[in-house]
Amino acid sequence: MQHSFAYFLDQLINGLTLGSIYGLIAIGYTMVYGIIGMINFAHGEIFMIGAFISIITFLLLGMAGVTWVPLALIIVLVVAMTLTAIYGWTLERVAYRPLRRSPRLAALITAIGMSIFLQNYVQLLQSARNKPMQPVISGGVQVFEQQGYVVSLSYMQMIIMVVTVALMGIFTTVIVRTTLGRAQRACEQDRDMAALIGVNVDRTISLTFIMGAALASVAGLMFLLYYGVIDFYIGFLAGIKAFTAAVLGGIGSLPGAMLGGLLIGLIEAFWSGYFTVEYKDVAAFSILVLVLIFRPTGLLGKPDIEKV
Amino acid sequence: MSAAESYGAPAAEVPGGGRALLTVEHLTMRFGGLVAIDDVSFQAAEGRITAIIGPNGAGKTTVFNCLTGFYKPTVGRLTLHHPKGEFLLERLEGYRTAQKASVARTFQNIRLFPRMTVLENLIVAQHNKLMRASGFTAAGLFGLKVYRDAEAKAMDLAKYWLDHTKLTEQADVEAGNLPYGDQRRLEIARAMCTEPVLLCLDEPAAGLNPRESHDLNSLLRYIRNEHKIGILLIEHDMSVVMEISDHIIVLDYGRKISDGTPEAVRNDPAVIRAYLGQEEHEELPPEIIAGAGTADRSPDDA
Repeated sequence: MQHSFAYFLDQLINGLTLGSIYGLIAIGYTMVYGIIGMINFAHGEIFMIGAFISIITFLLLGMAGVTWVPLALIIVLVVAMTLTAIYGWTLERVAYRPLRRSPRLAALITAIGMSIFLQNYVQLLQSARNKPMQPVISGGVQVFEQQGYVVSLSYMQMIIMVVTVALMGIFTTVIVRTTLGRAQRACEQDRDMAALIGVNVDRTISLTFIMGAALASVAGLMFLLYYGVIDFYIGFLAGIKAFTAAVLGGIGSLPGAMLGGLLIGLIEAFWSGYFTVEYKDVAAFSILVLVLIFRPTGLLGKPDIEKV
Repeated sequence: MSAAESYGAPAAEVPGGGRALLTVEHLTMRFGGLVAIDDVSFQAAEGRITAIIGPNGAGKTTVFNCLTGFYKPTVGRLTLHHPKGEFLLERLEGYRTAQKASVARTFQNIRLFPRMTVLENLIVAQHNKLMRASGFTAAGLFGLKVYRDAEAKAMDLAKYWLDHTKLTEQADVEAGNLPYGDQRRLEIARAMCTEPVLLCLDEPAAGLNPRESHDLNSLLRYIRNEHKIGILLIEHDMSVVMEISDHIIVLDYGRKISDGTPEAVRNDPAVIRAYLGQEEHEELPPEIIAGAGTADRSPDDA
């Protein structure tokens, strides 16, 4: 059974789904790193908050009698993105902006502190118990069959992949083509110079946090719908995985974050499928170590050229 | 209407002529116990090239840093007589200096956006204009007409400066990969794309060969004559300074030692002393050193 093509295909689909979620979170890490050179360790918590806002909105909509799934999904998406973006903005404004000119270590420690704070904040408000949710989207299509082994692609998996590709497209367009994107790249390359040509650097950084948080909230929503259960601690492991994905792909690179996310997802899925589920995290992190030994800048990262 | 009336600044004519664009009054910048600039006052005129010269460490770049909001002066007022009104530059911070007061600057060590193309460097310099036109990016994302028009205009301005800095051929090259001389010109082109009223150039001729330096002279003259903006120039290359400046200010150890037309400055004993006697300063009689600090100040400075 393990050696059939159908089994392989099944793991591939699982891996791509998981990888899409990691990729969405990884973009937030990579964008923030790109623009202020700091690892926002609280980003995993932003993802968790996105998942919580989603589940609360679903419950409220259910109480209000909105049961038509596409409408409910769109409302939840908009509400989650908006509210999570506000969290992201506040995080930057309160915790990181005052430290803009301080050593990197200070910002890093603050980020870890914010991560712990946000975890406890949600734990206090929502309690530590698992929050399960009824599956909203069920069903799927059968894509392959071999000797009675049926491989199906669920509608949920399709939605996750389509939404991820669409968001990637939109955000890449923003960065490459729009005025804001150009300003972001300018701040990334030389913040003081960007200010000298009239770019409002603080606002550009805020917008970057807002974009990253909005994407993380989508990942949170997808996670909730896919697994059907969340708790205040999901941000930790997902955050570490997504951070690994960003580093694997080359931190600072948007396509790199997506590629890294997909790779981590695939490694996990295949490892659990062919070896043991218990060591899937070990596998993912070992690949990271190997890549960093041979390509310290990650797969798509550009090496820093020191000027002399 | 001149600065003199509204702010009680020195009523003196700006040496080299022209309407005063920038009035610097009693600028002092201290870093702890170090006095980098000590009570410097001068004016720079519109449509003129004003050079700030002086030996290394005289405080020239510090003046620029005060003008462009990098430093907050310890004492002093920096008034920009912008067509849109008067701006006190010492109160503007960071991006507002460029956005509101239209002051642009280049650096001694080139600071382009190295991983953007030459053209993108010029487009990003028009950020504020495009940001307004694009309704903070929303209109840009959906490709609305307002934004496309603004973008076309931005492109025209970028092409204009590409032409005038002879960089059209390299428009799509990453700025970091340009040869040194081209990078220097691109910095000036990018500064001009912000449509400044005052352009501050920090050693634009540094590292240029004689031909490039000659081209730079023509470019700066072109900017002065055609665009009528004020140019403030820090430069060590005297062939550039003497050839194109209308007005020269000489700093030494943070003090202004001379201020006038190129001829006046060239023959000023204080300047000659500062340049030739730089190494032996300590052996000079104290009254000469003291004299060097005050001898050539305009009377209203006292």
